[in-house]
Amino acid sequence: MRKVDILIVGSGIAGLSSAIKAKSLGADVAVATKGVATKSNSVMAQGGMNVALGNIDRDSPNLHISDTLKSSHNLADKEMVSKLCNGGIDAIKFLEEIGVPFSRLDGADTPLKSIAQRALGGASAKRACYAQDYTGLKILHTLIDGAVNLDIPIFEGLFLLELIKNNDSEVCGGLFFNFDSGEIEPIYAGKVIIATGGFGAIYSKNTNSATSTGDGLSAILKAGGELSNLEFVQFHPTTLKGSNILISESARGEGGYLVNCEGERFIDELSTRDKIAKAIFEQLKQNREVFLDLRHIGKEKLEHLMPQELKLIKQYANTDATQELVAIEPAVHYTMGGASVNEQFEVIGLKGCYCIGEASNANVHGANRLGGNSLLEAVTFGLLGASEALNTTASKIEEQKFNYILPIAKDSDNLEVYKAKNSLSDTLFKQVGIIRDEQNLLKALETIEELNIDSLKIDDTPKHSTLLIELLELQNASVLAKALIKSALWRKESRGAHIRSDYQDELIEFEKNSTVSKKDLV
Amino acid sequence: MNIEINSKSYKIEKAVATLLEAMIYIKENTEPTLNFDYGCKSGVCGACSVRVNGKEKLACSYTPQDGDKIEPLKYYPQKRDLIVDKSSQKELLKRVKARLISYNEQVLNSQDEAKTQIQSDCILCSSCYSACPVIEVNSLFAGPFALTKTYKYTIDKREGAVKEHIDVIQSNGVWDCTLCNECTLACPQGIDPKTDIVNLRNLSVQNGYMDPNIGNMSFGGGFGFDANGSF
Repeated sequence: MRKVDILIVGSGIAGLSSAIKAKSLGADVAVATKGVATKSNSVMAQGGMNVALGNIDRDSPNLHISDTLKSSHNLADKEMVSKLCNGGIDAIKFLEEIGVPFSRLDGADTPLKSIAQRALGGASAKRACYAQDYTGLKILHTLIDGAVNLDIPIFEGLFLLELIKNNDSEVCGGLFFNFDSGEIEPIYAGKVIIATGGFGAIYSKNTNSATSTGDGLSAILKAGGELSNLEFVQFHPTTLKGSNILISESARGEGGYLVNCEGERFIDELSTRDKIAKAIFEQLKQNREVFLDLRHIGKEKLEHLMPQELKLIKQYANTDATQELVAIEPAVHYTMGGASVNEQFEVIGLKGCYCIGEASNANVHGANRLGGNSLLEAVTFGLLGASEALNTTASKIEEQKFNYILPIAKDSDNLEVYKAKNSLSDTLFKQVGIIRDEQNLLKALETIEELNIDSLKIDDTPKHSTLLIELLELQNASVLAKALIKSALWRKESRGAHIRSDYQDELIEFEKNSTVSKKDLV
Repeated sequence: MNIEINSKSYKIEKAVATLLEAMIYIKENTEPTLNFDYGCKSGVCGACSVRVNGKEKLACSYTPQDGDKIEPLKYYPQKRDLIVDKSSQKELLKRVKARLISYNEQVLNSQDEAKTQIQSDCILCSSCYSACPVIEVNSLFAGPFALTKTYKYTIDKREGAVKEHIDVIQSNGVWDCTLCNECTLACPQGIDPKTDIVNLRNLSVQNGYMDPNIGNMSFGGGFGFDANGSF
């Protein structure tokens, strides 16, 4: 029987920060991840991580708190936002000391004062600490180096099927499908921390890693935990037209313009993402193509600050951004909602199960997340989550028998999986997109229910079957899609990233979280 | 367009911009049980590295041509189709102590940033490892990405234990490289492991180590093949 003090599901920046912290506190910790650690969605974060260091502009945690609350459209919790913003210093110090190669300023007198900072949308100071435009990559790989060398086991190829509970209804482990053996296996733990990321990849047009299918959230919901604010899906304003490759907000932070096909600027480029995405969507609806214009920034500066962007734009749009306009469109980027947690990051409705990072709704983003706050949340709450999980009595571990049946049956039509997957993701993008209304939401729900995803099966051997993984992900996507649509139907108002054409005002009676639990899905 | 995956031919009846799109097309339309790995679709997660006509490429950034032959990376055990077992990457990172061993408080500046910028662009795709001819004859060789990662930490002013890195790369490490440059040519991120290895040799000498091949030559091995390729 495999048994640890702390089981962390997910190997992104939140999960690995938590793992290193738990290990440093003396816990026996293991990380389980469905793919390989380097594939985590965190690796794609580009722009930076907000910490009010004040290295360039005058700044303070209080200013950061106020910007974050403003961007949340009154949905974030002041205490949690304060925990987030004030925790930034410890988080950046932790990263500095494990060797993250941040971009630097000259002439500083302390290590933290040397970290370069840039402007991102909705921030009243240059606050995002960065490593060129590879911030996620460089933080993630430094964490991997650290975890591996600290002998923290990272079990790759373990897909979370469900949470294991003991007789006292406490969570005491996870049940996994092992990609390498084709078998089902449990890992028991005194505490489980879910850090499986968001579910942006269930939409057809998204900037996420294909792995962001919300597996941990689906498991939490099925085990009796509560999810909240699922309707707040953030669209990133600037992704390359067609391929939806992310072009970081830092491109606008460094002075890039948004222009339409007539060459007119139509929005403050440093406004929040919800407002910019909506403005671009409206231009596109009037058949006006929208472009990112970086030409005036200058080749040398662009090459220094945004090497990845230039490379991506060249490779995927065959465009030289130093000389030409870059055609863009908004695409799904981040899911603000997730598992409801208390101030200790314990999931509401469950005991012994914690949730951190994009997977959780820790009430810090509300209806719209600020660029640079997701990396901050991943590290800060990753570190705090580990301490909190170790602070209370561990769940009692009781060995159990499992009769989980994999969706495999001879002569199944394997292509049905992809038909259903594409139908679900297109339906979400078209009918549960930037602008929603009741009629389309109901239609989307009906379409997804008709897909009958729970009855789909495949004909393949389970060992090393990516088809099986895709079907398991699709089952989770279907659970989350329905929960998301129900939340969007409930919120009869427009707030932040949730825009309803049939209820256009922000209403005081909806100044609260939407919630979904198991009973809402029957 | 037709491409071959592990010697089996597939027809792609759709315009595709990348090899990854072609493989997804095959999986969703003709062979759903074909197995390959991918994640970010934008060249930063390193999961989709394969060999195209014998050269390492990221499927998500390579534009396929009619007749391309696709195979899995070399040296790693094949799991299924194009998926290989890269778990030995982590054992290597551990063996070469690729981490900041002892934090030494230092104030860094933009020049310090520039020194490790390229090395820290590594996405661990293992293209360099698969391209390395030394692994073919010595499977214990640490290989390019592990040595580049170690080098990055040795030149970081925050590292207070440089010699610990140097100590662990002497055997099956820096001196086993033939400086053939294949790793540098294969890297999709423009990293130059060969030069990093040369720099690590210099650091080794500064730390009291010497090129074991020179030693061999002075004591009788002067003629014949110089496995080290040095001049």
